[in-house]
Amino acid sequence: MSEEAILQVFNVCKAFGGVQALLNVSFSVQKGEVFGIIGPNGSGKTTLINCITGFVKMNSGKVLYKGKEISNRAPNQIANLGVTRTFQIMRPYYSLPAYKNLVIPLFSPRARRMGGWRGGGKLGDRETVSIDILEEIGFERDSFVPYKLASSLPTGYLKRLELARCLALRPDVILCDEVFSGLSMSEIASMVPLIEKLQMDGITLIMIEHRLRELFRVASRVMVLNFGQKLTEGIPEEVMQDERVKEAYLGSEKASDYI
Amino acid sequence: MNEQLTTAERRKERIDRGIKVRTEGIYAVSSWQEVTYLVLPRLILIVGLLLLPFLMPSLYWNRVISIVGIYVLLALGFDFLAHFVGLVSLGGAFFIGVGGYTAAILNKSLGLPPALTIPMATVSGAIICTILLLPALPLRGVYFAIVTLMYPLALARIIEALNILGGTDGILGVASFPNRWIEQYLILLIIIFALFGLRRLVNEDIGLVFRGVKDNDQAVRASGLSITLYKAIGVFIASGLGSLGGAYLSHTYMWSGISQFALDFSVIPIAATVIGGGGTLVGPLLGCFILVPLSEFLRAFGTLRIVIYAVILMVFIMFRSEGIMVYAQRKYHQFERWVKV
Repeated sequence: MSEEAILQVFNVCKAFGGVQALLNVSFSVQKGEVFGIIGPNGSGKTTLINCITGFVKMNSGKVLYKGKEISNRAPNQIANLGVTRTFQIMRPYYSLPAYKNLVIPLFSPRARRMGGWRGGGKLGDRETVSIDILEEIGFERDSFVPYKLASSLPTGYLKRLELARCLALRPDVILCDEVFSGLSMSEIASMVPLIEKLQMDGITLIMIEHRLRELFRVASRVMVLNFGQKLTEGIPEEVMQDERVKEAYLGSEKASDYI
Repeated sequence: MNEQLTTAERRKERIDRGIKVRTEGIYAVSSWQEVTYLVLPRLILIVGLLLLPFLMPSLYWNRVISIVGIYVLLALGFDFLAHFVGLVSLGGAFFIGVGGYTAAILNKSLGLPPALTIPMATVSGAIICTILLLPALPLRGVYFAIVTLMYPLALARIIEALNILGGTDGILGVASFPNRWIEQYLILLIIIFALFGLRRLVNEDIGLVFRGVKDNDQAVRASGLSITLYKAIGVFIASGLGSLGGAYLSHTYMWSGISQFALDFSVIPIAATVIGGGGTLVGPLLGCFILVPLSEFLRAFGTLRIVIYAVILMVFIMFRSEGIMVYAQRKYHQFERWVKV
């Protein structure tokens, strides 16, 4: 386990005032795995991602990435190591066209060090590279969509833009905060193959998700959080049979209806 | 279209002119018409600026042009920080004061000529201002503005209370420029380079990072870039422009004193940016060339000057709050027509 684990989280605790958002959460993710994090609203899923990526300072606990401690480092340092994240509420640069949005992550030290998107060498023209990435993530190259202002793009494209920002950093790990939420069924249907493709490219994915059916198609293991504590962890089918999960997460014994 | 239609039934449609779209990439310029479309506005501005000393040859108006130039540097810095980096700075007086005193000290105690003191004061002033503002960089909006406003007030009182750097008398006998033509063309060339340099900068990749910091700083952090670093670079550029103005001011008046920390240097650039049109960079320049001479013309009215000045500003903000250049650019690049809803 220890050799292949790319991200290990030990006993993360975080309290906002009197609210214990996270209490002794531990898990570990293998390289190339798709790991799901589920749980009811307010169970601390987003806080967990914020703690791992440095956006929120944790009270105690430890995060190891490739065996090196990254707990409580600055978010930009963590991103530069290859642990990137998307935001649940999309954070594009609204005043810039979609393809210019990607110039900013491509300007980062990591992207400059890693060179071009395909092949090595110097990065070259960032705008060309960003159009390539956008095409990969589902923006039609020959249409005008990549050139439109981010403020005029619909939710589906903005979610893709969030993923594209991570890809521009050539990440090892992407923490996805609800990439499926707010999308129509057909948009989700076109996102799932994208996630599968990222996994095939060797990127480790940690996904917070409420769309269980789609999550279970891609995730090999899931962890359930409730009131900031870890309930259980395992393969999706087993986890959903767990009585505590049924009770806490779905509030009924009909958990299997959701799968 | 139809005058009897009310605003509920019709709206104004704005479409980019074909020539604007064609000239967007420089490689697309293929006819004299398009070249003229691109070059003419810039040429009018540059030639107009360079002709100013000839059009206004009196010593009095020469001095006004110098002052306008200093305000232009501050307004460019303010517009850059506010609309491209997302920091609202009231630090104009701070930058001018630091640059002014630095140039005066370098000139008086080391005996360096203006050709050396001005660049040195620009760089060292920018470094001093950036270091002093570093603790305030995580702040945003009005909180950052308060800190930048606090520094000039505090520094002026410190100089007064401790009676250092000449105390209330200031530093007298700073070297002047060899002649008034050098004085005039130095500041005019500086503002032309500052304007076109900044315009180039904000469209480079690093300029996009600055705009990203303004739009969405958390996304910039998630992109692996330190927002503090890029805010510091932004403040360095703006305070460098301000310090340059301050150094020039000291050599123009052959004096450096507490009044260089006057709040005029903080407030007038903001008014000029509002009138000229924020986010255009050339707008604040025009705003300064309107506001500062206007206040000179109004001297005939004595103390009523400020009242008239205030009314003009107020009317402008109420009825043309977008600013002259935003309006002018829209008219130049787009045509409008009424369409039925």
